[in-house]
Amino acid sequence: MLEIKDLYAGIDGKEILKGLTLHVGAGEVHAIMGPNGSGKSTLANVLAGRPKYVPTSGSVTYEGKDLLALPAEERAREGVFLAMQYPVEIPGVNNIYFLKAALNAVRKHQGQEELDAMEFLQLAREKMKLVELDEAFMNRSVNEGFSGGEKKRNEIFQMAVLDPKLAILDETDSGLDIDALRIVAEGVNALRSEKHAVLVITHYQRLLKYLVPDFVHVLADGRIVKSGGKELAEELEQKGYEWIEEELVAAR
Amino acid sequence: MSSTIEQIASQEYKYGFITDIEADQAPPGLNEDIIRLISAKKNEPEWMLEFRLKAFRHWLTMKEPTWANIKYGPIDYQATSYYSAPKQKKKLNSLDEVDPELRATFAKLGISLEEQKRLSGVAVDAVFDSVSVATTFRTELAKVGVIFCSFSDAVQNHPELVQKYLGSVVPYTDNFFATLNSAVFTDGSFCYIPKGVRCPMELSTYFRINSANTGQFERTLIVADEGATVSYLEGCTAPMRDENQLHAAVVELVALDNASIKYSTVQNWYPGDKEGRGGIYNFVTKRGKAFKNAKLSWTQVETGSAITWKYPSCILQGDNSIGEFYSVALTNHRQQADTGTKMIHLGKNTRSTIVSKGISAGRGQQTYRGEVKIMKSAEGARNYSQCDSLLLGDKCGAHTFPYIEVRNSTAKMEHEASTSKIGEDQLFYCQQRGISAEDAVSMIVNGFCREVFKELPMEFAVEATKLLGVSLEGAVG
Ligand SMILES: Nc1ncnc2c1ncn2[C@@H]1O[C@H](COP(=O)(O)OP(=O)(O)O)[C@@H](O)[C@H]1O
Ligand SMILES: [Mg+2]
Repeated sequence: MLEIKDLYAGIDGKEILKGLTLHVGAGEVHAIMGPNGSGKSTLANVLAGRPKYVPTSGSVTYEGKDLLALPAEERAREGVFLAMQYPVEIPGVNNIYFLKAALNAVRKHQGQEELDAMEFLQLAREKMKLVELDEAFMNRSVNEGFSGGEKKRNEIFQMAVLDPKLAILDETDSGLDIDALRIVAEGVNALRSEKHAVLVITHYQRLLKYLVPDFVHVLADGRIVKSGGKELAEELEQKGYEWIEEELVAAR
Repeated sequence: MSSTIEQIASQEYKYGFITDIEADQAPPGLNEDIIRLISAKKNEPEWMLEFRLKAFRHWLTMKEPTWANIKYGPIDYQATSYYSAPKQKKKLNSLDEVDPELRATFAKLGISLEEQKRLSGVAVDAVFDSVSVATTFRTELAKVGVIFCSFSDAVQNHPELVQKYLGSVVPYTDNFFATLNSAVFTDGSFCYIPKGVRCPMELSTYFRINSANTGQFERTLIVADEGATVSYLEGCTAPMRDENQLHAAVVELVALDNASIKYSTVQNWYPGDKEGRGGIYNFVTKRGKAFKNAKLSWTQVETGSAITWKYPSCILQGDNSIGEFYSVALTNHRQQADTGTKMIHLGKNTRSTIVSKGISAGRGQQTYRGEVKIMKSAEGARNYSQCDSLLLGDKCGAHTFPYIEVRNSTAKMEHEASTSKIGEDQLFYCQQRGISAEDAVSMIVNGFCREVFKELPMEFAVEATKLLGVSLEGAVG
């Protein structure tokens, strides 16, 4: 589904990703771990097409298409979803109105019929239960005045409604209590199927207890420096990142 | 607007107004003879001519104001013709003859084909018996005694009302442009709601029977008698072109004891091309006077004109009277707007609310200028002001000048102001969910304006939302 080859990318002229290679097949859940500042968010944003993150060389193929050639909204319509590390507030824009516009833009692009207000509400109610968000949230402005945890749950709610093929979660777990963590994990688990792939970016191993990944990768200094199964996450939890960095230095 | 309204509107245009004035035009220039000519052509009573002449003589002693934060070349007041008989626009045979750019705009605003024809002066088929609808409309109003007609008609048929209230809120000496208007106004609307009557429908200039093309110097007078209530809609969202660059209208509202007037405007005069050439200069004086327990509410959405100079104001004279001002002003390309309000508190326990939303894009320049005056007599007066500016891009500007004058220590004043930019992060957030940049901007801007839009009558609100989207086109790359 997703093939990243030798990707270099930067922000404001500063090189962050330095030759990242990663293969994600349909049906797989990959966890990407790494110390702060290692380039995890950069990877997520480059994949989603955020303008200030500029790829300089390498390639990303998504479902056979050159992903980097598409503008952000087209990637979204093709099924790429990014749950953001810092969800954005949009004052005065109704949460449910926003999501309906998004879903219909995606559906239209995929040649499906747009949902009318009633159909959409039905779908939204169903997914709201999944993330245990109160209906009152739907009539508030997008993320405005939401607590940190509510914002993250709103991201998962949007993901559940949009049903993306490739979901990227950028530290959706940070700052969450155990309950919220479980809700987020359930949201992702509900999405799991042969048709979906998930890239979970996280700093801690906590989330991965509820959300068992098929593969774990360590990102350091702009590259994947180690890959393994779910046991790698546990190892990282015990030993921290230092040992990997030491390994790296030793290898130089 | 509903198709019924469109139909009536198109019909109105087709038949024009009933008039005995021969088609002719006064020579350019402004002097007493021209004013006498205007008055004579309109067959006005002596007092009306006197009003015009007094205004003109006063105008000669006045200087054009220069305090506003707007720039434009000198206006030659002697080069304009101040009277031309109402004439039909040149009729086109089909919409194919209309400027394609204008048609594209119509389409985006969702304006029906019939309405498009009306606005661009294409001859329309009589598919609808408009006369009967117009008559029904008039009968409805007449049943409750509401008078709604052109200003000229009012001068002829209701001289006692016009004479009593004309200039009672905006005196002919008021300001350069209002004084000019008082001397040379050609037509406009008049509306009177009798005691205790709640006007059964929203009054729209669309419906104003027997008038069209009120032109450059429009005059509106609305009187709500004791306990009466009315909602009045002015303007339309379709881009309005006019040969005359200078527009100087005057609107006076009189809300007698316990009366309530809600005045909503969508202004979309031609803003000029991307360099600002050819746009309308809109210098408007709008003011209302509220007597005891009365309420005045101004809501405006200003997206058009090259230059806007406009401060709808409230004189809160009666005890417990209320004034409101809700405004969205948008400037794109090279548009300039200096707009705001004045709330003058005279009565006890008077309250006023100001919510102003300014949006600047392109090289647009926008100034909010508000004045809240609490006079000595205004025990317990309260004001809440909120002025927010939203910037799109870095070549535009927003400026805020709130003036506050408090002469009574019991007054409670609250003022909030903010300036924000549509951030890359907001835009990306929308796009990441599949929403196009254009739709995202329009969504964010409409969200920003929500507090004002919710004050608009429903139909107007929907149109205003679309209008902002269209007006912002090209504002993001
Ligand atoms: N606007 C910017 N200009 C320069 N460097 C930046 C900018 N934003 C982030 N960085 C740097 O890029 C690096 C990678 O950041 P990021 O991808 O957010 O890391 P992570 O998500 O793994 O914590 C960090 O060193 C960070 O300081
Ligand atoms: Mg990060």
